[in-house]
Amino acid sequence: MAAQHHEECHDPHVAHHFESADQQFQSAKLGMWLFLATEILFFGGLFVAYSVYRSNHPEIFVFGHQFLDKNLGAFNTVVLIWSSFTIAWAVRAAQLKQIKLLKWLLVATMACAFVFLGVKYVEYSSKWKHGLLWAAKFQPHLEATVGDGHGEGDASHEAGGPQPEAEVPAAEASGTAEAPADPDRPTIPLAPDGPPGLAAEAEVAGAGHGAPMATPDMAKIFFSIYFLMTGLHGIHVLGGIAAMAWLLRCAARGDFDTGHFTRVDMVALYWHVVDLVWIYLFLLLYLIH
Amino acid sequence: MAVDTLTVDGAVGVDHADPGNYLTTGRGVLSWLFTLDHKRIGLMYLVAITASFFLGGIFALLVRTELLTPGQTIMTADAYNQMFTLHGAVMIFLFIIPGIPAALGNFVLPLMLGAKDVALPRLNLASFWFWMFGAVFALVSIIVGAVDTGWTFYTPYSTTTSTAVISMTTGVFILGFSSIFTGLNFIVTIHKMRPEGMTWFKMPLFLWGLYSTAIIQVLATPVLAITLLLLIAERALGVGIFDPSLGGDPVLYQHFFWFYSHPAVYIMILPAMGIISELVSVFSGKHIFGYRFIAWSSIAIALLSFLVWGHHMFTSGQSSITNMIFSALTFSVAIPSAVKVFNWLATMYKGSIRLAAPMLYVLSFLFLFAIGGLTGLFLGALSTDVHLHDTYFVVAHFHYVMFGGTVIAFLGGIHYWWPKMFGRMYSERWAQVSALLIFVGFNLTFFTQFVMGSHGMPRRYYNYLEQFTTLHQASTVGSYVLGLGFLIMAGYLGHSLFRGRHAPSNPWGSATLEWETTSPPPTHNFDREFSADDPYNLDSLRFDPAIEGWVRKEPRSILLAEGGSH
Amino acid sequence: MTSTALAHLLTVVSALLPEDKGATFWMPPKVSTVAHGVDWLFNFILAISVFFFLLIVVLMVYFIFRYRHREGHAAERSPTHNLGLEITWTVIPLILVIVIFVFGFKGFLDMSTPPANAYEILVEGQKWNWSFTYPNGYVDSNLHVPVNRPIRLVMSSQDVIHSLYVPAFRIKMDVVPGRYSKAWFEATEPGEYDLFCAEYCGTSHSDMIAHVVVHPVGEFERWLEKASDFLETMTPVDAGRKLFQVRGCQQCHSVDGSAKTGPSLLGVFGHEQALADGSTVVADENYIRESILEPQARVVAGYDPVMPTYQGRLNDREIMAIIEYLKSLGGTSSGE
Repeated sequence: MAAQHHEECHDPHVAHHFESADQQFQSAKLGMWLFLATEILFFGGLFVAYSVYRSNHPEIFVFGHQFLDKNLGAFNTVVLIWSSFTIAWAVRAAQLKQIKLLKWLLVATMACAFVFLGVKYVEYSSKWKHGLLWAAKFQPHLEATVGDGHGEGDASHEAGGPQPEAEVPAAEASGTAEAPADPDRPTIPLAPDGPPGLAAEAEVAGAGHGAPMATPDMAKIFFSIYFLMTGLHGIHVLGGIAAMAWLLRCAARGDFDTGHFTRVDMVALYWHVVDLVWIYLFLLLYLIH
Repeated sequence: MAVDTLTVDGAVGVDHADPGNYLTTGRGVLSWLFTLDHKRIGLMYLVAITASFFLGGIFALLVRTELLTPGQTIMTADAYNQMFTLHGAVMIFLFIIPGIPAALGNFVLPLMLGAKDVALPRLNLASFWFWMFGAVFALVSIIVGAVDTGWTFYTPYSTTTSTAVISMTTGVFILGFSSIFTGLNFIVTIHKMRPEGMTWFKMPLFLWGLYSTAIIQVLATPVLAITLLLLIAERALGVGIFDPSLGGDPVLYQHFFWFYSHPAVYIMILPAMGIISELVSVFSGKHIFGYRFIAWSSIAIALLSFLVWGHHMFTSGQSSITNMIFSALTFSVAIPSAVKVFNWLATMYKGSIRLAAPMLYVLSFLFLFAIGGLTGLFLGALSTDVHLHDTYFVVAHFHYVMFGGTVIAFLGGIHYWWPKMFGRMYSERWAQVSALLIFVGFNLTFFTQFVMGSHGMPRRYYNYLEQFTTLHQASTVGSYVLGLGFLIMAGYLGHSLFRGRHAPSNPWGSATLEWETTSPPPTHNFDREFSADDPYNLDSLRFDPAIEGWVRKEPRSILLAEGGSH
Repeated sequence: MTSTALAHLLTVVSALLPEDKGATFWMPPKVSTVAHGVDWLFNFILAISVFFFLLIVVLMVYFIFRYRHREGHAAERSPTHNLGLEITWTVIPLILVIVIFVFGFKGFLDMSTPPANAYEILVEGQKWNWSFTYPNGYVDSNLHVPVNRPIRLVMSSQDVIHSLYVPAFRIKMDVVPGRYSKAWFEATEPGEYDLFCAEYCGTSHSDMIAHVVVHPVGEFERWLEKASDFLETMTPVDAGRKLFQVRGCQQCHSVDGSAKTGPSLLGVFGHEQALADGSTVVADENYIRESILEPQARVVAGYDPVMPTYQGRLNDREIMAIIEYLKSLGGTSSGE
């Protein structure tokens, strides 16, 4: 199209350098897919780090995952899958120019994102309370009791430091596929459905005050990986919330009245990837056997 | 047909009142800083990376001056360590990675496509701003505690040194996004905005270079981003992934780092090869030889580049079988590079070779890149690499490829597109002087380093054994000659902006589309829309002494012809 | 034109190079069993490289003259592609690089597989010195080996990554904290050779140089025996000086009053020292001992707490010898 004509005959939604709305849409879509590829590779680095440590030190994953609450994780997974559905529906609503429905669906998706982050907050604060943090800050309070992490106990045992009798020789334990079954029970609240052997022993040991647990030497690396992966994912959830807030503003302004739904489509694609990454995180961090 | 004067087109009915070009349409700093025009963004990038290049060059000259004598010459060991780190970091992350794609590519790519802009102009501007922010972080690090880790930021040194590693790596992290945005934009533009008639195999080879570069930018840079994020987390929080004192694995960092940084050297060299492909054809007055092989070899290099990172770790203690695989894959990259060189030579055969400034750089490139490429064979072979790894041999090899290859091609590109960018011609005579000084200075600087390296002079050494003094001094003298060459270049190019002869639309006799518009082009690039044909069909042009430029023998077939068929 | 410049450069450079036994224009003397293989491959690749480099440059220069732009000369129409040619110049380089790869890998396997009967020496890298521990427990800052006997090095690092590099032996191996790396060689000529750190490790990286002393047949054992009982044969001050030199102290502490990474130890003993926390301490035997074993406990003002501990690396007798040596540097009068 000749330069001097573009102002008269161009659709106002089509930028001057495109010939047609379709070319513009196709460009945006390809750009978004490429961006999502970079996102996958970005997380890919962490998945590689995960794989390397998982294959070199499987015991720390078996040990660490019992402190993650599978129920909360599963709940969050359901919330995100549901939000993927609502945003997919939002794309359809934008296509059909159902602006009111679109707004409600965006609000619903954002609500899901907030619920997700709320649950994540609960999980993080419990880790914080029990000192189950990344490597340099990893200081589990081994004297804490089930259900009341900080009410008592002197929390004197250092992470990874030399433990009495039950000490597992550092990295040499890497062959074992099970967490070392230690008769001296940990009293850190286990996930309700932790490894049966350990869970049963938890009952035997009762309150089990003062009993140190066998912490694999590198258990702290598990929590580093846990916080890095879920933290980075959480930042992406925040980004998604911001993007949906922007969409709401566009919708309120009437940008989608003409059925021009590219932006909704792009944000939805992004949100699906955020959802997908979480599903992998849930599988790889919470559900380990 | 008068493609060279916009005033004629103005009479046909351009709807904007300003008959000027992209340089004069819109005045004031803000009209530049917030422009969506790819040409202005390209130009801002050019200014920014040139400034970075001179900054990095000053660091290099300081490093070379320090090495005039063993022991202290002008600075302490710590200052020296900071200097070579800054030289590397500034040259790599601020200059050479964005260099050709973001500066020349931004300017040329839409023009070569006969398009009005890149597909995503806002993202393009964002890319530039990300570059600026990244540069600010990187430069702030110089003030608050210049990094002394080497540009590779190897752990655990980088997690324990007291210098401003976080600021520098945050800068590089942000620069990475700038690079991703540029690459993403180019892929989309090339996929979606090629004009009618320009099939994949009728694209100019520079676009193949940019396209394969963009693939690497998009696929490798995110891995650098996560690597640097982990490094920052390591320093700030102590996550222990790379820190042996917390149970981490420092060699894992090297794998992560080189997974990006080896492909990154192809980010640097592939667009350079694209420029050479354009120039060698135009200045030999001949159709490029072996178009498809050159195009495919770019893609082959881009894909193979992801499989060779382990050759940086032959002495890190990785298993023999791993070393064997990486060595074999490394050699496979040599083949497409060799294919390109032979095709360029074949293009010159039976041509009519004009030794204009851009062609001088092509010849420099062939000479220097041949040395750079061939010395790579010594480093790809396992047993010789063990001896040569981390010595000056590697430093010399790297500079022969990156400077002798990329920078020389970049200079060729600058001289080639300069008339299009600014509408002015520069002094050929001074350009020859400068090209010669750069060629001689470069060889003196770096050839000596091959000899030192194979004799066992380790790299990043502040102090050195007496026996290397003479060679070090020769190298330093070479670097001064090199610096002089660049000063002269700055002089005559700067002069041309104000005093240079006005450039015709097509000063070199090139058949690609960017030469169909005026020099410099109007903001919307073209007043017509073309159907493209063979970009190397130079027979379609003839020299017009009246305008000292080239014109088409037959007008191009023009779509919606009313724009300019007079 | 360009190639003559290069040729000229080569002659100039070769005139400048040191005359060295067994050294060539490109390579240092070769004194290990693997060096011959490495050099052979180096020369093989060099021959290939020179051939292709000359091919490219000669063709290029010839074309420039033969087909230069001039009156009455126009580019000839010639084919724009030729599959046969493309395949030729794809396949020939391919074959050559396969050959190079095979030789390189073969040579590398020789370099990475030590013979079973190798003599083992432990190597420890730290900023910025090497220590070599011999089977009898003796530690030296230089690497002493017998000639014609395979030596296996088991290496570890105290702090950051280092890399042990002996150009004359053509061996190099990174020394990584948190793991053991291994290298081996067999020296073929008695003499003294340079040993570098090849992986950048900070301020004095370029001074992290040691010597490899290759002893003639029969002399190594005698040297080791003599060197090992220096605590018996030397005065405590001399023994302390030796320990100060070989165990890495002098990399960071001068004895002439100039500040390095750590404070100078000239005239320190018996004098009051200002500490980082604002208090002071008299540098007596107890403080010196504590500073060696727990360096971070009381750090002198103005210095970073970067010294590694010598707990388990120096025994009581050695520490006493070092204290005696520090006393001999002056300043014993006060504080006692």
